[in-house]
Amino acid sequence: MNDLDDIDRSLLKALARDATQSAGALGRRFDLSQPATWRRIRRLHDAGIIKGRRLDLDAEKLGFGVTVFLGVKLATKGRVSLEDFERAVTAIPEVQTVEHVLGMYDYRLRVVARDISDFERVLRRRIMTLPGVGDVEANVLLSEERRPGPL
Amino acid sequence: MLDDLDRRIIRHLQAEPTLSLPDLADRIGLTAPRLSRRLEKLESSGVLRGQRAVIDWRALGYEVEVSLRITLDKTYSNAFDEFIQEARDIPEVIEIQTFLGRVDLRLSVIARDMPHYQQIYRSHILTLPHIADIEALMHVARIKSDESLPI
Repeated sequence: MNDLDDIDRSLLKALARDATQSAGALGRRFDLSQPATWRRIRRLHDAGIIKGRRLDLDAEKLGFGVTVFLGVKLATKGRVSLEDFERAVTAIPEVQTVEHVLGMYDYRLRVVARDISDFERVLRRRIMTLPGVGDVEANVLLSEERRPGPL
Repeated sequence: MLDDLDRRIIRHLQAEPTLSLPDLADRIGLTAPRLSRRLEKLESSGVLRGQRAVIDWRALGYEVEVSLRITLDKTYSNAFDEFIQEARDIPEVIEIQTFLGRVDLRLSVIARDMPHYQQIYRSHILTLPHIADIEALMHVARIKSDESLPI
């Protein structure tokens, strides 16, 4: 489904900002009836364009003061080692995202920790002990901005 | 301050953001009014900033995602601000992050296909101010992406 019209795009943009808005409230904003709005939102879900919801939490207020991005290179490659690595890394609770990438690293991880010494613990005990792990580069996140994207 | 009940609410909501208020209250063993008071408190204290719909750009025809890791020429005092300001104007940039580490910034860029990416890269990215170096990581697959906090 690639034939989105302007209203679909506006609905997507609005839901990306606040997914809790009701079809009625959105309809009033875009001059649509509640059922028509609901059908459009349903369609965006069915087409897989909206793939879910994400809570926007203030990590710092919840005690997670540090977010670090790790670039990980595997020391040994092969189908089995990729699967072993992926299985082990996704099981680490502090690892929020795992992306398989091409370039100077094989994987990109987003890791949260309470503070720098907690991060050191995660790095030493959990990351460096992963099967097949080689070079690791760490960059501490200072700021982050999500953009609306090409809608 | 957050107590165990707050954490439990967030944990459940994080796992299933689309749960209705009565269902969520049921799982936690609270009455709906008590739960809604708790949620209001979490929102007003800024812990829970909202819920966002997650857009699957691939379903919208954006097949390519590239992480551009950028080092800036820091001899200009405004390098960061000027770079970020201009990067915001590129619709295909969906994330802007700044780091303490080997790289200064990362842009997440999406494109319909490689020729489209090439065009964005040449005419919009390379013309951004104060770039000293760029490395690209091409996304192959998302292995984990729930972004949950381990609370």
